Amino acid sequence: MITSSVFAEETPSGNRVPSVVTKSVSDNEQSLEETSLHPKLSLLEKAEILLKEKSFKKKKQAVELLIEAGDKAGNNSSDSIARKWLENLLSGHLYQHRKDKTLVFVVDGKISNAISNALIENAQKKDFKKITTNNALRKQLRSAIARLDLSSPDAETRLHAVNNMLDDITPENAALFKNLANQEKNKNVKKAMQLGIALAALNQGSKEDKIKAIKEVAGSLHPSVRNRLALLADNEDKAIANAAGSALQKIESRIKMFGHAETLFFGISLGSVLVLAAIGLAITFGVMGVINMAHGELIMLGAYTTYLVQQLMPNAIDYSLFVAIPAAFMVSGLMGVLIERTVIRHLYGRPLETLLATFGISLILQQLVRTGVSPQNVPVSNPSWMSGSLEINSVLSLTLNRMYIVLFCLMVFFALYFLLRKSALGLQVRAVSQNRQMARAMGVRSARVDAMTFGLGSGVAGVAGVALSQLTNVGPNLGQNYIIDSFMVVVFGGVGNLWGTLIAGLSLGVINKVMEPWAGAVLAKILVLVFIILFIQKRPRGLFPQKGRAAGD
Amino acid sequence: MILFRFFSNLLKDDRGGQAVLLILFLMTILVPVLNLWVPADHPLHMPTYLVTLMGKYLTYALLAVSVDLVWGYLGILSLGHGAFFALGGYAMGMYLMRQIGDRGVYGNPDLPDFMVFLNWKELPWFWQGFDMSWFAFMMVALAPGLLAFVFGWLAFRSRVTGVYLSIITQALTYALMLAFFRNEMGFGGNNGLTDFKEILGFNLQADSTRIGLFIASAIALAVGYLACRYIVLSKLGRIVVAIRDEESRARFLGYKVERYKVWIFTFSAILAGIAGALYVPQVGIINPGEFSPLNSIELVIWVAIGGRATLYGAVVGAILVNYAKTVFTGAMPDSWLFALGALFVLVTLYLPQGLAGIMRHFRKAEAS
Repeated sequence: MITSSVFAEETPSGNRVPSVVTKSVSDNEQSLEETSLHPKLSLLEKAEILLKEKSFKKKKQAVELLIEAGDKAGNNSSDSIARKWLENLLSGHLYQHRKDKTLVFVVDGKISNAISNALIENAQKKDFKKITTNNALRKQLRSAIARLDLSSPDAETRLHAVNNMLDDITPENAALFKNLANQEKNKNVKKAMQLGIALAALNQGSKEDKIKAIKEVAGSLHPSVRNRLALLADNEDKAIANAAGSALQKIESRIKMFGHAETLFFGISLGSVLVLAAIGLAITFGVMGVINMAHGELIMLGAYTTYLVQQLMPNAIDYSLFVAIPAAFMVSGLMGVLIERTVIRHLYGRPLETLLATFGISLILQQLVRTGVSPQNVPVSNPSWMSGSLEINSVLSLTLNRMYIVLFCLMVFFALYFLLRKSALGLQVRAVSQNRQMARAMGVRSARVDAMTFGLGSGVAGVAGVALSQLTNVGPNLGQNYIIDSFMVVVFGGVGNLWGTLIAGLSLGVINKVMEPWAGAVLAKILVLVFIILFIQKRPRGLFPQKGRAAGD
Repeated sequence: MILFRFFSNLLKDDRGGQAVLLILFLMTILVPVLNLWVPADHPLHMPTYLVTLMGKYLTYALLAVSVDLVWGYLGILSLGHGAFFALGGYAMGMYLMRQIGDRGVYGNPDLPDFMVFLNWKELPWFWQGFDMSWFAFMMVALAPGLLAFVFGWLAFRSRVTGVYLSIITQALTYALMLAFFRNEMGFGGNNGLTDFKEILGFNLQADSTRIGLFIASAIALAVGYLACRYIVLSKLGRIVVAIRDEESRARFLGYKVERYKVWIFTFSAILAGIAGALYVPQVGIINPGEFSPLNSIELVIWVAIGGRATLYGAVVGAILVNYAKTVFTGAMPDSWLFALGALFVLVTLYLPQGLAGIMRHFRKAEAS
């Protein structure tokens, strides 16, 4: 039942509600016959009475009243009662009781009071009657909701509302924009409103107005602008047609440009994945000269560590990656040290044998995961902050997970770079890789350095696995899919050169994505492989060969 | 008589080779007898599946010999020899596909089933001629040989060696695998070529054809083995070994290292292609999986286990590992990769000379 207090709070006009309404609404039935509304009733109460009428005309009036009420509700309009009614009316969730005429929301079988929002227990749906709408009313409702959103304090909501109204701009909306645009503080919202005004001018208005409007909308990427301009390009009036045509061309070329930007972004994000996968190898292969065919499996171990971490903390998926990254580094790193100490140590100077032995290790690790965890792929979930996308404009939006991968790749790269360049370990690593005998003579414990270096490269592979687990399926074959690509990146970039790896990975990613539209994904990949094979013939030491003493042989 | 002298010279110091060829000879006599003329219920009868299995091993052995020639004697670790094997197999598969004629599911006399399925109207140019056996058999050698020649010419001329070469051969077979997986390539895509009916007019399902293929494989292996042996013992072979051991010095002595490498590499690829061509009719299918880098790298371990730079070691290694694979995958499928992986590690660590090395060790001990 409706109590005055609810109304008193919800009507911002400060219109204290007379005690009459504390009675149940059914008492008002008499007056409803003529729908002569008591002037002292609040807007909501008037709207409520009108809504219950059969006539759509009356409902229309009710909607207008609700807009007024919503406007007055002002700042917190998004959760005002008026707005809720409008929304539920539109979605067909607004019902009234067959007897006492209370308004309720019926959502998913749950019935709640339309004013207090309190759940009504033991209510049967059959006791309630839907408040019906027709097409005209729904259209009105939609624009009403958008109009309410226009006064939302949140700029995003306002922008969204304006954009929605742009799709089918009416002179009334344009007039509304004209009023609001002056007070609008947010630049984007204001721009969108001006676009709406110009769009409306494209429809009607004099020839001069139209040409002026065309100039104004030129360059906008909103789809309705393109539609409207395409229509105008066939206009009888040459001047208008020409103006529309050239504006349209301008828009097309902008769209093309953003398309290129998108390809570039995809390429860079693919390249980042390649760099992440290869960068551990750039250390073990590039700096130490060890062919580690189990590198892919160390990546896989990192991905499985992510899976296990998420299994251990199912309620905190959002933070799981921050635990998984160090965990994966440790797991893969320790595995790397183990491999180095037990196998690779005995094979230094025999690269082909190392290749075979580490390939054997990769088979063992794969089968270990197959029997230990599962032969199938395991589900790894994305934290919520990684989903969604950054919308630059209506044709270009960058997915967040790709952006994070690019960022993460750069972070890992520079961390490694500075570790090798600035730390004591890095100095020793470089010393041993350049001249083992001399380094040992200087007191560097080369065996320990070897183990640490290999562990570092392996650990980075594990970290790459965490990143890959967010992009691809995590299964026992994950590593196999990346091993050849990783070697290609390292060899292409020039062995022993971290910068080379970064540039090689990014450029291969971009080349791949640029070719994809006309060649298809698989053929693009084949062409890239063939390109690298041919490139190595031309420059066997890669893009950035090491020079001087470090080159060795 | 001259021929006999020639062969006995080839095998004079090769006791392993003598044994291999002798066993091969005995098998080509025994297997047909045990399969065709011993009645099926007799305990000594050899079931046909076993004949086919052994025939398959023999083609693997030939493949291993071809790898051993380039790895053991020339020092090139090719991780892409599976590609040549598969190319030979595809050439044979194309011939067998054309032999199906209008007996396919769609009954099209010209187009193989998968092309009808893909709505192709006519035979692509690269399928022309594969209905003629001589052309197809020529392509079995030509396709892998040409690829190896072009690839080798490019790679060796620019002196890509060692690990780099291994990696790009692996990239080569990987690229080919991706390419053959595409339906647009016209090689049956994912499913490859299968459903063969007959070869040279003989029904592929018949026992006698199986025996014929087995004998053909045995002969191919014997001839391939002797050819490799001939190369190794000739002056050419000594230069090849010199290149393996000290490439720069061989070059400074005036040998055109690149040419030797290209020709040996090409010859080895042709052997691998022939092995693939004999493999396909026996297993009845060829698909892009044969190009997978895993296959190529696996066959390197056959050679490593048998003992590189001993041709008979390659034969023994191929047959032993594949027999083990058949047994393991049947009895304990999960443990096969563990076993194979452990083989890789243990052989490289503790058995760099392979089984042949053990044999040599014992013989030395005997002599002293």
